[in-house]
Amino acid sequence: MSAGLIYAVTGAALFSLGLYGLIVHAHLVRKILAFNIMGSGTFLVLVGLAQRADNMDPVPHALVLTGIVVAVSATAFALILARRLYAASGRCALPGEEER
Amino acid sequence: MMPRVLIGVLAAALGALLVWTMLGLPAPSGRLPALVAARMGESGVTHDVTAVLLNFRGYDTLLEIGVLLLAVLGVLAVRLAAADTGGTLPPPPGALLRAFTNLVVPLMVLVAGYLLWAGAHRPGGAFQAGAVLAAAGVLLRLSGRLPALLPPRFWLRAGLLLGFAVFLGVALGMTVIGGALLEYPEPRAGAWITLIETALTISIGLILISLFVGAPAPGGARGETDA
Repeated sequence: MSAGLIYAVTGAALFSLGLYGLIVHAHLVRKILAFNIMGSGTFLVLVGLAQRADNMDPVPHALVLTGIVVAVSATAFALILARRLYAASGRCALPGEEER
Repeated sequence: MMPRVLIGVLAAALGALLVWTMLGLPAPSGRLPALVAARMGESGVTHDVTAVLLNFRGYDTLLEIGVLLLAVLGVLAVRLAAADTGGTLPPPPGALLRAFTNLVVPLMVLVAGYLLWAGAHRPGGAFQAGAVLAAAGVLLRLSGRLPALLPPRFWLRAGLLLGFAVFLGVALGMTVIGGALLEYPEPRAGAWITLIETALTISIGLILISLFVGAPAPGGARGETDA
């Protein structure tokens, strides 16, 4: 098992951990965090699979670089929406899901 | 709602499926890296990731700065009205934070400039440089000195737009003079990429700072008690 494959497998584990958190937790900040963990797992898979061969593939690396910036800005937007929802409704969970 | 155990088992099964798929993947064909390596001479830069980002797949980067712009527009649109009027600033910083900020912020600006320049031939580039600039802005904001340093609203908005506008302008300008969208005239490709990256750095730094500053201060929505 090459080092790149170990990163990719770790990424898959992070992805399913994040998916579990996303479904189980009702609190929106926890959901956003879990979604970010899923995203980090995806990035790890891409970067890991890109360097299985001897010559590193630069295209997935560039995609991940793009993805990180998009993830950061989308997270900021999601956090603002969560704050806004809390200010408007007093709760930080989606309707139909009770906070635990 | 499904019990947690079942969700956990399903998520673990999905993870196992992913791992199993990855283990069974064929060896990388190596076509893309070879293509990138073959065309490096035309890209205007000597670092392969930068060449992919700004030249071979410039479309991704153009759309990315567009997404950043959309996110900051969304944040500016839905943030609470009393977001950052100066009354919500954190308490005055201690002497240590003040001295640390004085020491570190000029250094961070310098590092951002270096990363921007280094992107042409080694890991670095606009996004890393913009992130360092944004970190300097966050530090200034936490020490309560950012609002005084920010330009007037019009110039701030113009700075947010600068990277996207320059990138789009260069891309469209190429089609006007007969090239393809996102193509650079060959002997000057490096200069165009540097111009775009400089504009991108400024915009990314400002956008990330705005995303941070746009958040309402902790006092605004108090007492989130649930876990």
